[in-house]
Formats: sequence, structure tokens, C-alpha cells
Amino acid sequence: MSDCLIECRGLYKSYGLRPALRGVDLEVGPGRIVGLLGPNGSGKTTLIKLLCGLLQPTTGWLAVDGRAVGPYTKSVVSYLPDRMYFADWMKATDLFDLFRDFYQDFEYEKAMSMCRSLGVEPGDRLKAMSKGTKEKVQLVLVMARSAKLYLLDEPIAGVDPAARDFILRTILTNYNEEGTVLISTHLISDVEKVLDEAVFLKEGKIMLHATVDDIREKEGKSVDALFREIFRAEPMWEGGEL
Amino acid sequence: MDWNLDNGRPIWPQLAQQLARRIIAGVYPPGSRLPSVRELAAEAGVNPNTMQRALAQLEQEGLARADRTAGRLVTRDVQILDAARLREAQAVIQGYFEAMSALGYSREQAAELIKEEFL
Repeated sequence: MSDCLIECRGLYKSYGLRPALRGVDLEVGPGRIVGLLGPNGSGKTTLIKLLCGLLQPTTGWLAVDGRAVGPYTKSVVSYLPDRMYFADWMKATDLFDLFRDFYQDFEYEKAMSMCRSLGVEPGDRLKAMSKGTKEKVQLVLVMARSAKLYLLDEPIAGVDPAARDFILRTILTNYNEEGTVLISTHLISDVEKVLDEAVFLKEGKIMLHATVDDIREKEGKSVDALFREIFRAEPMWEGGEL
Repeated sequence: MDWNLDNGRPIWPQLAQQLARRIIAGVYPPGSRLPSVRELAAEAGVNPNTMQRALAQLEQEGLARADRTAGRLVTRDVQILDAARLREAQAVIQGYFEAMSALGYSREQAAELIKEEFL
């Protein structure tokens, strides 16, 4: 068995005729915090869904913790989807009960104490919560597991900047030390400091995979600045006549 | 004391420098135990591996050493502390000359202006 936690080879996924991933090779080791960065529609969510088994690749293969995606990998992967999938009559505590039944590694007490520190009232129903608060509840559900791989799809998009810092700190202090965290986002400047590695996705392909410090050392600029340079949209009049 | 990280440079040397400054300033007194990697990383809002690398740099410079039981202790060695203090002071002075040069002063003029401050 390899010591890679995530291994993808020639991963290709299309929705009908539209390719979303076009040959992704990726290796990520344990104990890393990795940013999955790319503009809208670059394939971030597709890659994450493949890793947690919600989608099947069109061609290519992938392994999590040395095993093909299946019941075992699902037991060691903690996934934060990009949208809410719970019924809104449920309370946070109902969800905690549900997760305790489904996942052996879910720590109920930890979830309750994370709620306290995030200022979430676990007895409230989801429909009484704001969008940001619901996102916090989802984050609690995901981070209260001691998983090997955390897949966080846009964990900070819906919350205010102060809560963003707090959420990043929650991720930093709660992930299990041998665990790897894969965070997809386009809010790069906010997450840059917490990342070990950055993976740039462009049109379904990986165009850069390096450590944040290497990028800063080599390019003399932040990952955020590099991202803006690579993905700068060409102005409409570029090359044409005004 | 806040952590100030700028964008153009790798993060770990900046953390190492700011930890060194805290040691020099006595925020972490000689012989005391440094907070754990996790605590420091959470405080600075950075990745624990990055903070680990900064602390390894401090050990290399002799400002801190790993303790057998757990954690890291700040050195009591006055010579090492003084040398680190001098290094930081020289960096501040270089920064001054660079800023003055951007304003159009030569090194001599910049040095002269400093002297006048004391008259």
C-alpha cells in the first residue's frame, strides 16, 4: 500500500458530452491541508464528489487511503457538501444523533462544545437559523468526526469575514493530526495562510500543485496574486478595436 | 502582540522572525516554555506544519531547544540572545536606510539626520 491518502490517475469525468475533469493526476499525503483552487466551473466540486463516492469517474481510477472508493473509504471520509441537504424541521441535535448512528468516529460531546464556541444554539431548528449559522452547523457535523480525509467544498463562502477567520481556526484546531483536509474555495487570500499545498484546477485539469511556501519563494508573490494572474479574464476589447 | 504576515514572501521565515522578536522582547522569557505548535498555529491562524518549520528554525539558531519531556524551552544563553538582538537591530537599521533612500536621501545624509535627532 502506498502512503498516499488521495491518489488519482487519469481521472476523467463528463456530464453527457460536457467534460468536467479532463485527465487529473493527483497525489496527496496524510497530515496536509490542501487548497483546491480554481474559478467557477473548473471541476473542484466534481473532483470532491468523485473522492467521496457520490459520482463515478467516466474513465481513470482513484483511491482513498489505498482503497477503491466504497464503504471503507466512506467511513474515513468526512464530507462538507456545497449545499445543505437536511430537512429544515430538524434541530442541530437531531443531526448529531443521526451522525452518531451513521459514523463510528462522530464525537457527540465535541460537536456540542464546537456549537458553544461557534455561538450556535444546538436546540434550534434549522429553519430558524440564518444561512451562516446553518453552514456552521454543517461544519460542526463534519469536523466533529475524527476522519482521515476531510473534504470541504466551499466551507467559508456564506459567512462574514470575522466568522471566516473563526471557521478556519476551528478547522485548524479540530482536524485530526494524521488527517488531511482538502478545502475547495475561490476565496484564496482568506485560506492561504492555513494551507500546506495549493492545487490549481483550470478547465478540468491540474495546472499547478505545489506547497504555498514554494510558490511564494519561486514567484515572489502570494498564491492569491498568482491565481489572479493565471485566471485573469481577458477584457472584452483586448486585441480588438474599440 | 499580533502576527503580521505579508504576501510576497514564504510564511515560515516570517513566523520564525516574529517568534525570535518575541523572545528578544521577553514576551517568552529566557528558560520559559514556548506554547505548543498547535497553540501558536491557532493563534497566528496558520498551518501547524508551517509553524513547526518556523520553530525548527529557532532551534537551529539556538534560540529554543526541544525539551526531553515535552515542548520547547527558550534559551538562557545570553550570548545567543544578544546576537539575535543585534541581528534584528541591524535589520531595522537597513530598513531605515532603504526607506530613506526611497525618499531620495543618501546613506550619509540619512545617518546625519539620525545624529541631528540627538542634538
